Amino acid sequence: MRAAFVIENLGCANCAAKMERKISKIQGVRSASVIFMSKKLIVDADETDIGRIEMEAGIIVKSIEPDSRLIKG
Amino acid sequence: MAVLITAYAIAGYVVAISAVKSLRYGMILDENFLTIVASAGAFIIGASVEGAAVILFFCVGELFEDAAVQKTRKSISELVEMQPVSVRVVRNGYELNVKPEDVAIGEHFVVLPGERIPIDGTILSGSSSLDTKALTGESMPRDVAPGESALSGCINMTGTLVIRADREYSDSAVARVLAMVEESGSRKAKTEKFITTFAKYYTPAVVAAAIIVATVPTLLFGLPSNVWVYRALVFLVVSCPCALVISVPLTFFCGVGRASKSGILINGGDVMDRLALVDTVVVDKTGTVTKGSFDFSGIHAHGVTEDDLLEYAAKSEYHSDHPISAAIIGRYGRVIDPEDIGESVNIAGKGIRTQVNGHTVHTGNARLMRDIGIEPCGTHDDVTNIHVAIDGTYSGHISISDEPKEDSAEAVRELRDLGVKNVVMLTGDNMTSAGLVAKAVGIETFRGDLLPEDKLDILEGYLGMREGKGSLVYVGDGINDAPSIARADVGVAMGGIGSDSAVEAADMVIMNDSLRRLPEAIRISRRTRGIAYQNIVFSLGFKFAALAFATFGLAGMWFAIFADVGVAAIAIINGTRAYGRTL
Repeated sequence: MRAAFVIENLGCANCAAKMERKISKIQGVRSASVIFMSKKLIVDADETDIGRIEMEAGIIVKSIEPDSRLIKG
Repeated sequence: MAVLITAYAIAGYVVAISAVKSLRYGMILDENFLTIVASAGAFIIGASVEGAAVILFFCVGELFEDAAVQKTRKSISELVEMQPVSVRVVRNGYELNVKPEDVAIGEHFVVLPGERIPIDGTILSGSSSLDTKALTGESMPRDVAPGESALSGCINMTGTLVIRADREYSDSAVARVLAMVEESGSRKAKTEKFITTFAKYYTPAVVAAAIIVATVPTLLFGLPSNVWVYRALVFLVVSCPCALVISVPLTFFCGVGRASKSGILINGGDVMDRLALVDTVVVDKTGTVTKGSFDFSGIHAHGVTEDDLLEYAAKSEYHSDHPISAAIIGRYGRVIDPEDIGESVNIAGKGIRTQVNGHTVHTGNARLMRDIGIEPCGTHDDVTNIHVAIDGTYSGHISISDEPKEDSAEAVRELRDLGVKNVVMLTGDNMTSAGLVAKAVGIETFRGDLLPEDKLDILEGYLGMREGKGSLVYVGDGINDAPSIARADVGVAMGGIGSDSAVEAADMVIMNDSLRRLPEAIRISRRTRGIAYQNIVFSLGFKFAALAFATFGLAGMWFAIFADVGVAAIAIINGTRAYGRTL
């Protein structure tokens, strides 16, 4: 399943790349992509994992850019 | 001086807060933190003006980057503006304003003149002209009447329309176009992957180098520490890769936006990479090279009346989604009662077998006739013939000619000018009519009499023949050729957003029907990639120059600030060029 999220206040392209690398490594994520220009996170994973992945990704996003926030797309 | 200190305090405070927040998460290579270190270090060794400048320009740079990114997002707003806010839906006789997501398939809604159609549907009443420019890049308005389809995203120009929703909002053209453009960034170009990977190693490497520069010459060789610490601080100023990383996705985003202005949807930077390197283009004939709207050049009945032949043909094709079927049914022109039609079996690449009024009707090409033991009349070989057999008896054929589109020949010429080595046309039609079309548009290689699976085999053959980095583009109208579209290096679906499976498989969608959008897309891709390369070479060049000069004391903090902030600004401005200019 493909789930889309928005990363509010994503301000730096390098941070987007860092987020993408870390989120890709979350267990259960088949592929993850952070799009700097449209501030989107697109994750491909099993539907049952999405909730947990969203939480973990939320923490990663904050740790890289403290002012940013992951919301449902 | 007081002003400087105040500005410094405010800017420094903001940067410091961010730095501290990141530190809490253990991100010591955060750019805010590195900037603070560089600035504070400069103060400590007495270069206070430079120290302040580092922070100030860092903030100015951040502001500029944010503004540029915002502006770029906005400039693609022709597309975003298409997003409907509310729909005037008719429920229980009342008009209600509801969110587009809340409109169900089959509901009726009203679109006033000047408004945009929010959801794909069929016009129930009213007639008007539709401005499809935002969707297709086509400036000619399209006249519509009841019974015709209305694509979301078009502007209703003259009359009030009542439309029945045929799709949910999320499946409508507008939503899909927006999703495609916004998510195009998820498929990254090689240059973008390179720059983000580079950035991953660049910052730690430069910071490590800064530490060495600050310590080794002083401790081992007893050189003056002030000089070398200053040089190390210069390193820190150019250690932030962020500005460098911004310009590349921004360039591709602008390129994708530029293409969408022409009604071309490109699914990502990696697609641009492959488009730019195209060496073989394989095109489907019907609907791609030709108009796909068919002219009837003759109805030749055998033992039945022409009317009967047309009636049986139309009824037997009732359940088929082939464009020729639609043409025959349209030509028949009368309402077909589904009760007349029994079991209908599609025979891929050959035709269809249907029970009509209790008779078994075979409708299809010569091969279908031979399969059931009939030798069809073959005198009209320069056109596409649809043969009909009723209860195993040959009943005649309908001859259809399909003209090439006016600009197909021009498109083929442009492709050759762009260095495409092979242009190949494939079709299920007979070789003679394929040859005529190929000749008319200037295609030398063509294959006729193909079954859908043959097309895929031929495609595999050409995929095996690609040279070096050359890529293969397949263009089809999406009916029956989704597998080929999916298999090619770049699969292009023509004719807009109509066929779902093809659009899903496609790397690129041409919203209006013109094959000339393909060479245009290739030019846009090449230009976009060129700009991305320029940005990388230019930004990296300055960063490395700053590092090298700083090591030998040839360049100071000011040069580093320019290499960081100024170069980023120039790269961003350069990147936005990918959006402009007609190609």
